[in-house]
Amino acid sequence: MVIIMRKTFTLDEIDCANCAAKLEAALNRIDGVDKATVNFFAQKLIIEANDERFDDVLKNVLDVCKKMHPECTVKL
Amino acid sequence: MTKKQKKILIRILISAFLFIVCITPLFNEYVDTLFLISSYLIIGFDVLKKAGRNILHGKVFDENFLMSIATIGAIFTGQYHEAVFVMLFYQVGELFQSVAVGKSRKSIANLMEIRPDCANVIRDGKEMSVHPSEILKGEILTVRAGEKIPLDSIIIEGSTDIDTKALTGESALRECLVGDEVLSGCVNISGVIKLKVVKEFEESTVSKILELVENASCNKSKSESFITRFAAVYTPIVVYCALALAVIPPLFIGFNNIAIWKDWIYRALTFLVISCPCALVISVPLSFFGGIGGLSKHGVLVKGSNYIEALGNCKTIAFDKTGTLTHGSFSISECKCCEISEDELKLLAAAAESHSNHPIAKALKMEGITADSAYELAGLGVCANYNSMTIHAGNAKLMKSLDIKPYHTDFTAVHIAKDGKYAGCIILTDTIKKEAKTALEKLHTLGVNQTVMLTGDSKATADAVARKLGITKVFSKLMPTDKVYVIESLLDDGTVAFVGDGINDAPVLARADIGIAMGALGSDAAIEAADVVLMDDSLEKLATAIEISRFTQKIVIQNIIFTLSVKIIVLIMGALGLTGMWAAVFADVGVAVIAILNAMRTLK
Repeated sequence: MVIIMRKTFTLDEIDCANCAAKLEAALNRIDGVDKATVNFFAQKLIIEANDERFDDVLKNVLDVCKKMHPECTVKL
Repeated sequence: MTKKQKKILIRILISAFLFIVCITPLFNEYVDTLFLISSYLIIGFDVLKKAGRNILHGKVFDENFLMSIATIGAIFTGQYHEAVFVMLFYQVGELFQSVAVGKSRKSIANLMEIRPDCANVIRDGKEMSVHPSEILKGEILTVRAGEKIPLDSIIIEGSTDIDTKALTGESALRECLVGDEVLSGCVNISGVIKLKVVKEFEESTVSKILELVENASCNKSKSESFITRFAAVYTPIVVYCALALAVIPPLFIGFNNIAIWKDWIYRALTFLVISCPCALVISVPLSFFGGIGGLSKHGVLVKGSNYIEALGNCKTIAFDKTGTLTHGSFSISECKCCEISEDELKLLAAAAESHSNHPIAKALKMEGITADSAYELAGLGVCANYNSMTIHAGNAKLMKSLDIKPYHTDFTAVHIAKDGKYAGCIILTDTIKKEAKTALEKLHTLGVNQTVMLTGDSKATADAVARKLGITKVFSKLMPTDKVYVIESLLDDGTVAFVGDGINDAPVLARADIGIAMGALGSDAAIEAADVVLMDDSLEKLATAIEISRFTQKIVIQNIIFTLSVKIIVLIMGALGLTGMWAAVFADVGVAVIAILNAMRTLK
């Protein structure tokens, strides 16, 4: 049975909704990410991924965030 | 305004000042040009920087790139004033947008400020003030008058009135005594109480509600999906059109004429400026988010924007009768006895139902009367042993299985058999909720033209209730499994909502397009199973939910139409050379600000 883990992060300094939408699309394309949602207004990032691979997937997610939005910090 | 916003404001003011100075004939042309270039760089350096950096990362077509190309292009065609003005206008617009977004975020955050951030816990006999997340199950808290209940707990000392407004949206006071459960987020009104913590911070009601609202953004509505797809297509199309506009007409009209090239390139640049769909991408999700926030203020929790759309389009609502349209508490209305006294009949019934939790059992139970043993017969009733008598209590089917011909009645009745012989039946009535009639009428006026009632009760009872409330379709005598089939049969008529109490309606809630659980205050199971949760059990909230959903949808459509119309008009005018770049910037940023402000109306 595949256990899906869901974690919520706070995104600081995300100002452009278009960028948030692009980030969400890019994160959803990462292998291992079941579903990624960027809530621009609550400034939250929600990642759903396979529990066993979660730490690896999370590293990829943080890399992509850093590349697309260097000024935006992801906090737990 | 944040620090970042203040810095940008200062740059805008300096740049604007320099710009105005250049318009006046104060200085000569060379000084003017110097000032203009400085003004441009002051106001535009970060845009240029971001554009360059994004190109390196492969992200070419974003706002920064477009604005940079547009203004640099203007500079190359010798229109320095234009370049500065457009960049200035753009940054002013962006600042407005940033402030508007910040304000809407704050409004939403305020709405959700139901979370208590400190609690008075008694440890080692001393009272300490700590954050609720540091308190464990079983600890003792003190809550004074006017303070918020920090965690779900039970009263162990004192009695008071509790205001559940933060959770249900209703300012009705509930009296709570020792042994009663009180929920986090509610306000203690009258006196000091001591509480024992039942649920820790993450599990307490307030946290659950906030989590629900935050996660609601995962369930996107059709409009939001449309906008995402549209935005992905819109920008490239406009950019290609701009390219075509810059190149094709000059090729045909005046190949050698630099002035014509300049003119058409300028028009193409205008196109580029409008090609950002920001206004739509921000305002549509914001409208829905505002709608979700606004609804939660009324005590209606919606688990996704798609459900807001569904509620707005809903034309058929199916209600579970017991507990939803009625109070779910039966009372004895009549006894038909067969060779025994009325009191004895009631006694037998009380014994038989002593172990049952069915709503009917509650009306028949008597204090101190307990059966020695009892077991349930699904769909039929219950069989119990009491004072060495075998008592059967249940419906007519149960009696028939014992070869007894029961008293015939169309109303809800419990038939009693003692040692295999018919003893009589007790007729019960269920009280309809006072506000049910007005709530249903309101739903009809809102366009819900089909109201359906589902119940396991007899046809006579069901029809009587339906008639009183003006319900259009009635399905009675349903077994629990039948309810799902009824919902399925209704799905062809359009969007179907089902309203129940959530506890044993899980499959039905799942099958309906919108599963609505009522009276969910304190019921985790209901909150889990449903798509929309009404925290208290008032039917009027249902009408409110539909009204607010419709309003939200209206605003979304207003924003979409407004944004697209303005953009298309300015695109056409730009192509025809009828307007300058400033109009393009307005069509992009100004429109976004207006759309955001409009979207914030959903927070009411």
